[in-house]
Amino acid sequence: MKTNTLIIRTPEGIVFALSLAGPVTRFFAWLVDVACLLVVAQLLNSVIRFLGLVSEDFATALGILIFFLAQVGYGIGCEWWWRGQTLGKRLLRLRVMDAQGLQLQFSQVVIRNLLRFVDGLPGPYLVGGIACLVSQRAQRLGDLAANTIVVRQPQPRQPDLEQLLAGKFNSLRAHPHLAARLRQRVSPAEASAALQAIVRRDELEPSARVQLFAELAAHFKSLVEFPPDTTEGITDEQYVRNVADVLFRPRGKAASASVLQPPDTAVHTV
Amino acid sequence: MVIDLEKFVLAERPYWAELEAMLVKLEADAALRLELKQLQRLHYLYERTSADLGKLVTFASEPETRRYLESLVARAYGEIHETREKPHRLAPLDWFFQTFPQTFRRHAGAFWLSVAITMVGVLFGLGAVALDTEAKGILLPFGHGEMDPAKRVAREERDGGKHLEGHKGTFSTHLMTHNTKVSITAMALGMTWGIGTIVLLFYNGIILGGVVVDYVLAGQTKFLIAWLLPHGSIEIPAILIAGQAGLLLGRALIGRGSRQGLRARMRSAAPDLVTLIGGVAVMLVWAGFIEAFLSQYHGPQLYAGKIAFGLVEVVLLAVFLARSGKRGSEFRVPGSESPLQTSTPNSEPKTQNS
Repeated sequence: MKTNTLIIRTPEGIVFALSLAGPVTRFFAWLVDVACLLVVAQLLNSVIRFLGLVSEDFATALGILIFFLAQVGYGIGCEWWWRGQTLGKRLLRLRVMDAQGLQLQFSQVVIRNLLRFVDGLPGPYLVGGIACLVSQRAQRLGDLAANTIVVRQPQPRQPDLEQLLAGKFNSLRAHPHLAARLRQRVSPAEASAALQAIVRRDELEPSARVQLFAELAAHFKSLVEFPPDTTEGITDEQYVRNVADVLFRPRGKAASASVLQPPDTAVHTV
Repeated sequence: MVIDLEKFVLAERPYWAELEAMLVKLEADAALRLELKQLQRLHYLYERTSADLGKLVTFASEPETRRYLESLVARAYGEIHETREKPHRLAPLDWFFQTFPQTFRRHAGAFWLSVAITMVGVLFGLGAVALDTEAKGILLPFGHGEMDPAKRVAREERDGGKHLEGHKGTFSTHLMTHNTKVSITAMALGMTWGIGTIVLLFYNGIILGGVVVDYVLAGQTKFLIAWLLPHGSIEIPAILIAGQAGLLLGRALIGRGSRQGLRARMRSAAPDLVTLIGGVAVMLVWAGFIEAFLSQYHGPQLYAGKIAFGLVEVVLLAVFLARSGKRGSEFRVPGSESPLQTSTPNSEPKTQNS
């Protein structure tokens, strides 16, 4: 079955999930690269026109050679020096990777770029686009030959947790053992849903807002039951806010600073 | 199990930072070789970070830390499990005089198949143009279809190559880039299970056969040899080697007679394809120069010299491809990036789409 996630399971039993880039995103990245090449071509044209004053033959020959080298070498050069990225891919947060999570080799970069000559047939990436749509791992022919994939590496937008959650009394913290159990039982998706609900609460219709937080609060209450004195007198929205506070800021401000900001959060895989 | 997350992160973070620092070093310097103790430390840090990731996977509220650890483990995994040697220095002369001819010889069968396909095309072109005068106009490109060889020879001998004055550089680079594009296409079409490569080689054979018979029938054999041999002696083998690369790619795709999976076959073939097409590009640069600066000068007094030059090139090329790099070891696992390097199938990771 064709999906947009590739899971790599290493011999040690470690699992990585990579989001595969689809043909549309890749096409836009390619458009950016084409635009970059056109700009470079314009600049070179000016230089070559100047050289033409000295020798027209030499200038034209140099122009042909440079354009050819740029056409063939742009992708190879960028993807090798930037570890799988061109300007377009950097902009759209895409990266070429070895299909098995190993290091991207120079030969792989060369093969996937040279096979653009076939992927680009007969129109703008028609063969490559169809191959990408049909292939299980969204690979064009060049990727299949080079054993590479193109993955998405979105920069997750970090909500300002201090603004959202801090500064308010959290009655759930009075029961650290229950708070720990809550952190254990809530799945990443549920935690994210609670946080998103808080972040977007002002965008909701009043009735929808009340209903959403009621459902979320009921769900979290079903996972871990806190003593009644802890939850009495607080609204469902406040309850969800307290839950998110427990989940995302385990021990207040100091802890959140150390836990939520790892040394380098930029995904820089392989 | 309930983890005290803050304590856990504070305790483990120094190890993550150490692993990251080692990875940054390794990634920045391809030539860096770690000592045994450093390697053991890297392996320890990798295993420790992997274990940390395993603990955090079940922990709901730490997507960022988990993602960071995943990234770290993935990078370390790439360093530890990669068995292909990294190119650590640029050695273009070694590559051209050793790796390229060695690779060519290792896949000599594909080259001879490429020659055979082209020869079938040559015979077809010979027959078509010799037997059907109208075929010439359809089969021959670059204006040869409408050209009378005798008239062209007379004009160019009179002209003495002046028609290219002031355009030789442009003509030369045009030839280099055009032929390199054709060669890359011949290789890339290997992804059509080799069918596209076969068609391209066959078509080039038709053109060659058609041009040859056209000039021979017009009584211009000497002109033809003196015109084609200086650059063709390099250019035609270059296209044939590109065809060899295409057939190699097609064979890797089909995988007949191989016990390896598709990905393993492709992984093995990639370095050899790059070597072959790189060698072809170098050959075509030479051929482009010769075609622009020597082949287009015509005159009865030049023919013997041009033919002799072409013959010397043929002999040198044959010796180069057959003998160059013989001294070094050629015992090499096909497709591996370094001599005597073997792959480790046990470390192949399992992948799945979900």
